[in-house]
Amino acid sequence: MGLKDSIAWYYFSAPKSFYPLAGKLIPWFWGLAIVLTVVGLYMSFFVAPTDYKQGESYRIMFIHVPAAWMSMLIYLVMAIYAIIGLAWKVRLADMMASALAPTGAMFTFLALWTGAFWGKPTWGTYWVWDARLTSELILLFLYIGFISLQSAIDDPRRAAKASGLLAIVGVINLPIIYFSVTWWNTLHQGASVSPTMAPKMASIMLTTMLIMTFAFWMYTIAITLMRVRRIILERERQTTWVMELVSDEKGGRK
Amino acid sequence: MKTRHKRMAFILVGLAGLAVAATLVLNALNSNLALYISPTEVLAGNAPKDKTFRLGGMVVEDSLEREDDGLTVHFKVTDSANTIPVVFTGILPDLFEEGQGVVAQGRMRDGVFTATEVLAKHDENYMPKEVAEMMEEGEKLKQQQQTGAPVIQ
Repeated sequence: MGLKDSIAWYYFSAPKSFYPLAGKLIPWFWGLAIVLTVVGLYMSFFVAPTDYKQGESYRIMFIHVPAAWMSMLIYLVMAIYAIIGLAWKVRLADMMASALAPTGAMFTFLALWTGAFWGKPTWGTYWVWDARLTSELILLFLYIGFISLQSAIDDPRRAAKASGLLAIVGVINLPIIYFSVTWWNTLHQGASVSPTMAPKMASIMLTTMLIMTFAFWMYTIAITLMRVRRIILERERQTTWVMELVSDEKGGRK
Repeated sequence: MKTRHKRMAFILVGLAGLAVAATLVLNALNSNLALYISPTEVLAGNAPKDKTFRLGGMVVEDSLEREDDGLTVHFKVTDSANTIPVVFTGILPDLFEEGQGVVAQGRMRDGVFTATEVLAKHDENYMPKEVAEMMEEGEKLKQQQQTGAPVIQ
């Protein structure tokens, strides 16, 4: 990394300079998210063929699997931000971790919910306490714990420290979720798509699932940037730049 | 050593310690984390005697029999080494099929597993019906070639 890059890196780690950058990026990520969702949903319902065994009910996969992937990816990113926030004392990293948590919790809930509705017609039950389902439920509790811990502590710096520590400790759960289906016998089937093996599904199904994953990904970035802008204003409200920004906006409206 | 490096090292050492602790706990809990046990384990006497447990394996081909009441079914569950007969009264899930995975809850009675709940375990393969049929035909062809039987086209 050259000197120029590292300067840009430091420059945008300041909330003051990240705030306008995020504002410029948000519409692009929203655009991508909407286009990819429309294409992905159309393919999910009309292009992807009926499964030889499960019939139409397997189409839940196109929401379920991307949501489950995002629930784990968001947690990992959140924990990395928490580490940066704790070790380097970067305020923006703490803010990003807080901004990611609600979306992560939402995707975890979505994965569990769609999984229940998929489980009933295929397995014969909404829920079973197997290792995969239980560890994913623990992930939801970790997200909820992170969010509640932040709202329970008034001082943002102490809140970030406590919740960041929880986020880092919870990372242990991610390999457990991922490998649960190979480590223990579970009702949940093994992975159809993994980095080490050829995918065990028709390529059109895989393409559809990947498009939906990118759609969810772009949505996550868009909504997180929106949320982090709000958090920046809230936590930096004592600084001159926020006061100037607010008074400019008020003046502009008059 | 800079303070931030110290903090980083502290976090990493903490995470490593946590990973070791988690591994030990999960290893200790190994048998409790399994959702079901195999026919071999049941016959070895590793199943709880007076409690319900889950039996898992494959439904043996051509083993499914229905009683006249239309609800009671008999089938055999195998892990390819050992086989246990199962009896169940109730509605089977849609994906229940011979040659497919199954997880049944119940208890052993006189060598027969009396199930109160039967769940279907499906595999991780997804494909259109046409592809599945083509693969089945290909498999048959391969078997015929291996056994030396004449291929009729």
